Amino acid sequence: MSDNTVKMSSIRRNEIILKVVIYIVSIIFSIMTLFPFVIMFANSFKSTVEVQQSTLSLWSAHPFANLAKNWHVINSKDFHPFTGLLNSFIISTCSTILNVYFSSLTAYAITAYEWKLRDVFSGMIIAVMMIPTTVTTIGFYQMVYKLGLTNNLSMLIIPSIAAPMTVFFMRQYLQANLAMEIVQSARIDGAGEFRIFNQIVVPLMKPAIATQAIFAYVGSWNNLFMPLILLTDKTKKTLPVMVSLLNGDIYKTEYGAIYLGLFITVLPLIVVYAFLSKYIVEGVALGGVKS
Amino acid sequence: MRNKKIVDYAKFGYLFSIPFILSFCIFTLYPVIYTFVIGFTNLKGAGNTEWQFLPSVGKNLFQNFIDVLTSKTFHKAFRNTWIIWIINFIPQLGFALLFTAWFTDKRTKVKGTGLFKILFYMPNIITAATMAILFNKLFGYPKGAINDIIILLNPAKGAYNFNAHEWPVKLIIAFVQFFQWYGNTMVYLIAGVIGISPEVFEAAEIDGANRVQTFFKITIPCIRQIMLFTLVTSLIGGLNMFDIPQLYIGTDANNAGLTTNMYIRNQAFSGSYMYNRSAAASVILFIIIVALSSILFYILRDKDEAKLKKLKKQELRAAKKGF
Repeated sequence: MSDNTVKMSSIRRNEIILKVVIYIVSIIFSIMTLFPFVIMFANSFKSTVEVQQSTLSLWSAHPFANLAKNWHVINSKDFHPFTGLLNSFIISTCSTILNVYFSSLTAYAITAYEWKLRDVFSGMIIAVMMIPTTVTTIGFYQMVYKLGLTNNLSMLIIPSIAAPMTVFFMRQYLQANLAMEIVQSARIDGAGEFRIFNQIVVPLMKPAIATQAIFAYVGSWNNLFMPLILLTDKTKKTLPVMVSLLNGDIYKTEYGAIYLGLFITVLPLIVVYAFLSKYIVEGVALGGVKS
Repeated sequence: MRNKKIVDYAKFGYLFSIPFILSFCIFTLYPVIYTFVIGFTNLKGAGNTEWQFLPSVGKNLFQNFIDVLTSKTFHKAFRNTWIIWIINFIPQLGFALLFTAWFTDKRTKVKGTGLFKILFYMPNIITAATMAILFNKLFGYPKGAINDIIILLNPAKGAYNFNAHEWPVKLIIAFVQFFQWYGNTMVYLIAGVIGISPEVFEAAEIDGANRVQTFFKITIPCIRQIMLFTLVTSLIGGLNMFDIPQLYIGTDANNAGLTTNMYIRNQAFSGSYMYNRSAAASVILFIIIVALSSILFYILRDKDEAKLKKLKKQELRAAKKGF
């Protein structure tokens, strides 16, 4: 009897030790995650001299005066936050809309209709997902250059009509959630096929569209490779392209300003994440289980 | 009757696929073919668009491919890409599995897992370009947060120049990659574990399996598919790595962080603008990625589903013969 209680209590002790270990490791990882962002935030409010004294201190003698000065330094050179924000906003918004709308349409074409080349087409979409952007780069650049459209934002928007990854997820969603009876009854009521898609199928797909839209938006917003190659005009650069300037010689000694520049690019993402984190994390999980 | 109706609607299937097919042909297929073609030409020089095939200027058709494959810089870039991906992926999967085991354990009931999940996932949505420069500043020399900590802990030791040595550069780039992706992998794996029927775990508990046994004998085999999936996506992403090494170090530190994608971009858009050599290198990378993903997809494929499809096809064929 007493032997048993000793055993039980040792199991309980082990449980508690395990729990403590889990919390300690999780908290260490949380600190590791937040540390770079805290340093970035704190140093945006510092002067160059203060940053040189210590990057670790979270205190500044004149935080707001320094912030204003850093802001001025950034704007006086090639980094123009508002231009970058606007360009990134235009590209991400337009390409996200095209991406989710046409991916839904393509997925609907594959799911709702039976046509001869359907299986070939949906097989191709999966194969095409493997094509890395790199192998399109030189050909794409040459094509765009010949057309004289290198600094035209549309060249970063229109290609998102064909997004194989999104089509793939949309198809999975439709296969599970589309009841052909609804479509049939709409047909009997005399609705055209295109109208059925817009007024019945799109509302039905809202949850999938919302999830995919978030990922398309973040992906487009963070994209560096293509914009870096195509956009050479100062007024056309996106935020990530402008961020790449912060590492160059022009801001070399402006430590506070560099941190502020980084902070500006992170801020919109953090704000969005603060509101949507639950859906984003759930959305990732959804994609993972289904694939 | 019903069959006839479906046939009637077939044209909408084609019609609704047209935007995708058109956009794909113009912005992906044509550029890919164009890139392949350029790989066999003499196209170089900033802004040049005129080219001839190599044999017509008296050179070997495969000269660009030979140049790339014998280039020491390309070898280094290729090696770096693999090294950086491997040092990032092993701890990424390891920690993701560890947190998955901890956060899904029904017996321990850890509180606040929702908050930890959201925190660990956060770096994934932050612009990789920004992360790279931020870490470059954190590991700055002589002033940077990490060097400040080193000096704080041990004033006798001076600041260390992380960005001037090969291995620290590779390790830090791999760390940034790890930092951005372990949360994502963890969320995938947790979703997989939640999808396992709880009865399986209950049965294991009744049979007296302890926590470690349950994890290795039940959980891991059940999420094998998802682990392979993260392996494939991480590998493709890793072989295409660009933003982080490009902005963290560029070609400094004796090309310590040079990846194949950076090599491809640098050949075409800096120095002597060798579009042809860059195209050849990207075709080589393309072939490697397609070969690797085909192998992995073959392993990944749902064996039961493949069998079912085969059976269905046979049935269909038999039915056709019957009629």
